[in-house]
Amino acid sequence: MSIFWRMLMDELQFIGINSIPIVALMSTFMGAVISLQTASNMDSPLLPAYTVGYITQSSIILEFSPTIISLILAGKVGSNIASEIGTMRITEQIDALEIMGVNSINHLMLPKILASILYFPVLIVFSMFLGMFGGFLALVISDLQTTETYILGLRSWFDPYNIFYALTKTVAFGFIIVSISSFYGYYVKGGSLDVGKASTKAVVVSSVVILIANFIITKLMLL
Amino acid sequence: MISVRNINKTFGKQQVLYDVGADFQSGRVNLIIGQSGQGKSVLAKCMVGLHEVDSGQILFDGRDFTSMDKSDRAEIRQEIGMLFQGSALFDSMTVEENVKFPLSMFTKMTKKEMQDRVDFCLDRVNLQGRNALYPSECSGGMQKRVGIARAIAMNPKYLFCDEPNSGLDPKTAIVIDSLIKDITYEYGITTIVITHDMNSVMEIGDNVIFIHQGKKWWEGDRHTIITTDNPEIEAFVFASEFMKKIRSSLKERIK
Repeated sequence: MSIFWRMLMDELQFIGINSIPIVALMSTFMGAVISLQTASNMDSPLLPAYTVGYITQSSIILEFSPTIISLILAGKVGSNIASEIGTMRITEQIDALEIMGVNSINHLMLPKILASILYFPVLIVFSMFLGMFGGFLALVISDLQTTETYILGLRSWFDPYNIFYALTKTVAFGFIIVSISSFYGYYVKGGSLDVGKASTKAVVVSSVVILIANFIITKLMLL
Repeated sequence: MISVRNINKTFGKQQVLYDVGADFQSGRVNLIIGQSGQGKSVLAKCMVGLHEVDSGQILFDGRDFTSMDKSDRAEIRQEIGMLFQGSALFDSMTVEENVKFPLSMFTKMTKKEMQDRVDFCLDRVNLQGRNALYPSECSGGMQKRVGIARAIAMNPKYLFCDEPNSGLDPKTAIVIDSLIKDITYEYGITTIVITHDMNSVMEIGDNVIFIHQGKKWWEGDRHTIITTDNPEIEAFVFASEFMKKIRSSLKERIK
């Protein structure tokens, strides 16, 4: 297997597979809380009971899974990428690549960017399912709704375009997280303290850029 | 042979190198020595293209490295092996993968040929059977030897060693020095070692260049460095009382 494919597989493992537990945990509880909060605010008899399922579905697909999970991944994946590349910089591993004649930016960043673009949508779809499942657990176990009513709500006014919109956002967020974190790691100067600072800065800047990009993409795609 | 001609380098407003010029012959161990902060590492980094020079020329067997574009530089860089001060081994790779890395990036060797080359390089630095270790599992001396194995994997024409003995005990430092010397003579490589270890100077210094205040202050070899009356060399080489005593006894013997 060529070095590139091996690195891509490693990144898929690191960025994708290793993020599954945190995504699963966050999504399940997020979905549960959204459904409970929606149910607690739906006290008008004019609103049908299945509205809770519909609002949970819409909130999770449109905003919570793509944006909140991406912000969580900016913390987990972004800080790790920045500190990994930053450590390579201060221990002269990047200089070693350059002297060998390797294009270090391409070599280090391309597999990470590709892995994030390929795997972030998978994680987000997984998060959507788990979020809705979390809502189901919270409502049905608490005896607030029946399974049929909740599922009817999830299926009501479902628009596949929302999935397209959410995954488009996700790909953009994945690219933002990896490229910004790689940038801060690659250009770090100094010692281990500076790697820590670069890592923190990468997470903060990625998060802010995600919020701005979220607004722009929403404006372009939904309105 | 590597030649540097009138190299000037500044960082911001601070000039670090002033008109440095020197020839580094093939098949010889060329040492660049000097106190910390005098510009010897900057000179080496300029020579391998990690820093761009402000003016001057760097010639690799007559090929002007400074005026080359990126792709031509990449070709020359494949002829360069470099041993870094901290070894700069890739943490995520085993010893074998580190040595194999340049081969899989730049050659079309078969798996078998690559494995043979890796084994040969590891044998050459006395690390046979350590293929599966990770850098974090190796001692400082072993890491340096892996660094040398990686540096010679591509049969380089030019070998740069940045303070190869830093952080090593005297005995291991001698092993590393001997390896560098043997490899240089065996393959006729142009070797440049940046060091301030006087043991290295005495052991392997075929050609010694002393950098002081960003200038080439003195040039000689391991024999002439003992007898020179250059005050800056004296202050650097014979800084301790012990070295001063050795020097005076050596001078008396020479007389």
